[in-house]
Amino acid sequence: MSQSRQAAIAGIHEYPLRVAPGVSAMQIKAASLKAALDDAGLKWSDVDGLYDAGDGEGGGGLGLAAYLGLKPRVIDTTQVGGSSYEFHTAHALRDIAAGRVRVAVTTYGSTAASSRMAIGTGGRFGGASWQTNMEAPYGSTLISNYAMVKQRHMHQYGTTNEQLAEISVATRKHAMRNPDAVKAMTDLQFVKVDNITVADVLESRVVATPLRLLECCMVSDGGGALVIVSPEVARDIKKKPVWVIGSGEATKYRENGGDITVSAGAQSGPAAFAQAGVTPSEIDIAMIYDSFTITVATCLEDLGFCKKGEVGAFIGDGHLAFDKPGLTINTDGGGLSSNHPGMRGLFLLLEATRQLRGESTSQVNGAKLAVAHGNGGLLGATHTGGTVVLAAD
Amino acid sequence: MPNRPQPHFPEPDTKHYWDGVKEGELRYQTCNSCNAVNFYPTAHCQACGSGSQAWKVSKGEGTVYTFSVVMQNRIPGFQELGAYAVAYVDLDEGFRMLTNVLVDGDPTTGVKIGQRVRVDYEKQDSGEYPIPVFRPM
Repeated sequence: MSQSRQAAIAGIHEYPLRVAPGVSAMQIKAASLKAALDDAGLKWSDVDGLYDAGDGEGGGGLGLAAYLGLKPRVIDTTQVGGSSYEFHTAHALRDIAAGRVRVAVTTYGSTAASSRMAIGTGGRFGGASWQTNMEAPYGSTLISNYAMVKQRHMHQYGTTNEQLAEISVATRKHAMRNPDAVKAMTDLQFVKVDNITVADVLESRVVATPLRLLECCMVSDGGGALVIVSPEVARDIKKKPVWVIGSGEATKYRENGGDITVSAGAQSGPAAFAQAGVTPSEIDIAMIYDSFTITVATCLEDLGFCKKGEVGAFIGDGHLAFDKPGLTINTDGGGLSSNHPGMRGLFLLLEATRQLRGESTSQVNGAKLAVAHGNGGLLGATHTGGTVVLAAD
Repeated sequence: MPNRPQPHFPEPDTKHYWDGVKEGELRYQTCNSCNAVNFYPTAHCQACGSGSQAWKVSKGEGTVYTFSVVMQNRIPGFQELGAYAVAYVDLDEGFRMLTNVLVDGDPTTGVKIGQRVRVDYEKQDSGEYPIPVFRPM
């Protein structure tokens, strides 16, 4: 099957600071959009499709369009947690292919670190809802939720701590090559801003069994923007286009008798690969949402890079780093070691684009096909999977 | 007594469940149309959408599906607990619930996947509703 060329990533920007006191999330979004449009060689007034996860302030498309001063023809305020940006890309592809949009943008801004926003260490309590009434009394933290997936995965398949630690090790190796990530770890006062070993991961403190500190993402400020355009617009952009050739969306939640080791990616991944007309074995580089090691492990299986239950053996040889043969992941340093302001899905698309342009600080030579897979919500409870397949010419 | 967060009302889907907890009953639903076990409680059946559901009372016995021991939680109501085990327990009637498994001694060694557990209603300082937790059988 030939790959479609219906929409292309034309401009990207990643807000460089991970600690940005005195700056608002909305300011990060606006500044990032300007820089991403400049990256593409497009004007503010060219934007006619606005996609937003409502992260800056309430109201999503309502408040953001007014703040930015845009009058888009298509407004999509999909908010599905960290994978919102994969969903936005899927919707932009659809809207551009339908002729409704020429220049689609999605932006992200967060001051999670500066405002000491609890994105995962506490329980989740709110007002009355059917779900909080059933769950709030038990003190299940975000980390313990993911930890329950790891516990079950280890029990069900024999996956080991050593194997999963390879994800942290490879990701840190990439982070140490990315100046923004090194500055992030420094500014956020990491104990050790250096490469780490499997032993370092296994000796780090247990946060919620069996997850250890070096298996958990950081909490940072940050943001960015993504510009997706029609093929006609793509002809005149400054950088080479990165084509959006497939997408998939799915959700999953606690189910009676369900298998917690299978994520929504088991549905979104095959859908995206089918639309793209490629198979996982053809993919050069995978950006997989690394909220925790287990998120990456589970999603690698669900996307079909290996069989369910075999990810331990798949990653256990340490090949995830960019300079080893085999599948490479998260070359920007990931959420584990570069940035995690709460919804990391945008950065997966940004780094995949850098790889396909040849601009990564841990470049995989000749990378032509990439996948970005976001996981939003709680892997061991209600969550979403958004998969996007990208191609360079 | 523990001081866990209480359920909040009005909340029409879960009220009957919590009324049951006050009476020492662990209630769940089955669908009158398709017989699916429905839990957490909702007015509609999550398998077929029917609005006709029957309330049943569980024996309160089940198996630990998975768990994690939270080593520290600074949120009031949990910081006093020290390390505590969050778990999904599969009840014998076919529903899965998030809960805590309480053991004597260290939960990191005392809780295991596959462990048989039974419900216990833990009285709370925080309010009138006891909280259903589980202990090894």
